[in-house]
Amino acid sequence: MASGHSSTEEMAPKKIKKERPAVRAFKDFYHRLKKNKAALVGGYLIIFLILVATIGPFLTTDGVNEVNYTQKLESPSTENWFGTDHQGRDIFTRIIHGTGYTLLVGFLSVLMGGIVGTLLGIVSGYYGGKIDTVIMRFMDILLAFPGILLALAIISILGGNFINVIIAVAIFSIPTFARIVRGSTLATRELEYVDAVKALGAKDSRIIFKHILPNVLSPLIVQSTLQIATAILTASGLSFLGLGAQPPSPEWGAMLNDGRNYMLDYGYIALFPGLAIVLAVLAFNIFGDGLRDALDPKSKK
Amino acid sequence: MSEEIILDIKNLQTVFRDEDSEVRAVDGVSFSLPKGKTLGVVGESGSGKSVTALSILRLIDHPGKVEGGEINFKGKDLTKISDKEMRSIRGNQISMIFQEPMTSLNPVYTIGQQIRETLKVHQGLGKQSGNEKSVELLKLVGIPSPEDRIKQYPHELSGGMRQRVMIAIALACNPELLIADEPTTALDVTIQAQILELINRLQDEMGMSVIMITHDMGVVAETCDYVAVMYGGKVVEYADVKTLFKDPKHPYTVGLLNSIPRHDIDVDELEPIRGSVPSPKDMPKGCRFASRCPFATDLCVEELPSLDEIEDGNEVRCWIYSDRWDGDPEVKEHGPKRTS
Repeated sequence: MASGHSSTEEMAPKKIKKERPAVRAFKDFYHRLKKNKAALVGGYLIIFLILVATIGPFLTTDGVNEVNYTQKLESPSTENWFGTDHQGRDIFTRIIHGTGYTLLVGFLSVLMGGIVGTLLGIVSGYYGGKIDTVIMRFMDILLAFPGILLALAIISILGGNFINVIIAVAIFSIPTFARIVRGSTLATRELEYVDAVKALGAKDSRIIFKHILPNVLSPLIVQSTLQIATAILTASGLSFLGLGAQPPSPEWGAMLNDGRNYMLDYGYIALFPGLAIVLAVLAFNIFGDGLRDALDPKSKK
Repeated sequence: MSEEIILDIKNLQTVFRDEDSEVRAVDGVSFSLPKGKTLGVVGESGSGKSVTALSILRLIDHPGKVEGGEINFKGKDLTKISDKEMRSIRGNQISMIFQEPMTSLNPVYTIGQQIRETLKVHQGLGKQSGNEKSVELLKLVGIPSPEDRIKQYPHELSGGMRQRVMIAIALACNPELLIADEPTTALDVTIQAQILELINRLQDEMGMSVIMITHDMGVVAETCDYVAVMYGGKVVEYADVKTLFKDPKHPYTVGLLNSIPRHDIDVDELEPIRGSVPSPKDMPKGCRFASRCPFATDLCVEELPSLDEIEDGNEVRCWIYSDRWDGDPEVKEHGPKRTS
């Protein structure tokens, strides 16, 4: 790609494409992402999951919580593609309905954690000194807890429901964001253009949001994608332990827990929700890795 | 000198301090700049030139601090005004151009967006009028087809072009004082001349005052009206540019002039100033230049000379010109010589 061969001083201005800069940037980005096949697969998988979550529930014929004791614990068939569970509910239908829940927990918790963590990290890195010490030591304390334990503790304080799972997972992702953003902020702050903008009379808030934030965005986007995978895993884990989504909601972790008792005889009850979790986590992970490569200017060839 | 003084710095002290050491990067600098004129601030690396410039704009970061002195800009002491007032002066009345054009522009915004930002902050111009003004400014600094350029990103421009953009941004609000911190150091020689010429031309057109920070005596000769030579955080000589080149007084100024090639006389070997600048953590108590000065006496090592006016408008910080000079009387008679 044309990565700025410095034009000679009085050279005739080159033809500038009439595309909007954002469109140009996105095309460039997609071009690089396309070279990484795994990332592309991850991206399509995420789109697929989103489609399933939004359209899927309208296409299923069985009710989510339609209990049918005459068909309980049935093996996968053309009737019930993934079989039925101990209450005769269609597992395929439940997985489809659970997709939205899983994605929502992932997105919302990362959004919340990301916003708070980014603010803390950028303030910490920009101002330094005592503010930095206080914020980062607090982040260290949060990080010192194993993630799931921290989430467990928060859930036991707040009580287990949908919103609280999101809050718990969000809190648990704050320190990761704060650290990454702080690191990038420290590097960006020292760049000369920040001094230049300061010399032009810009306020701190303007410098932080207009000049530092956009430059820490690329590690932030990558981390967000990877963090969604972790959030999905943690949320499922909480539900599996009975602290997240409460029955009869079709949460994948909760379904996994339902299937636990029938593991030896009817493995598919646990297998399919488990596979769904793996698929979602994998999709976000490989997409995140691909993003990192695509957004890293050093690999920009 | 009956001209109006736009900037008058008195006894400026900028100190960088951590737990166990302190560095007096600027130690009692005083100079003044008449309106519409150019002052050159010259000195080796580490002599405190850039710190002086940043102190004027109050851009010294922790752990540095301006600890004393006055910076009178149009009768207002910049060390005393509020942060808000200072912000409204930066970029509006006093602008600065930095040394490194390659990194002085934010890579994520287009040229136009970055010029517009200053216009928005200080003059509240919207997108439309901001764009028109940006094109006008780019035209002013000699960038061809500015309508297309404002849509480009910094990486699409060469170093010289970027420095022109920086100058355009600095001039956006018609500042009364422009501080140029080695604006040509990172550029090709051919581009250097163009940029200097541009600054000179714009100064004439807009009636700005300029502080030109440089270590290049050629730049000084070409652009400045007055010169302050700095060494070890202090001004050692202040003179108008003609006097400085014709009759340099301080041995350090003489040394600087001797260490650059001349075209008017044939010199086989340049005469460098031996040694290097003393560490600012451990400044000698006497004259800071004593350890490298060919004329230094015990008095120079023991006691710091003061900056005295020895001729009209010509100040020198050297014992040679005082009554207490105890070295070679010959030196006092003729002054330190340039290579001839």
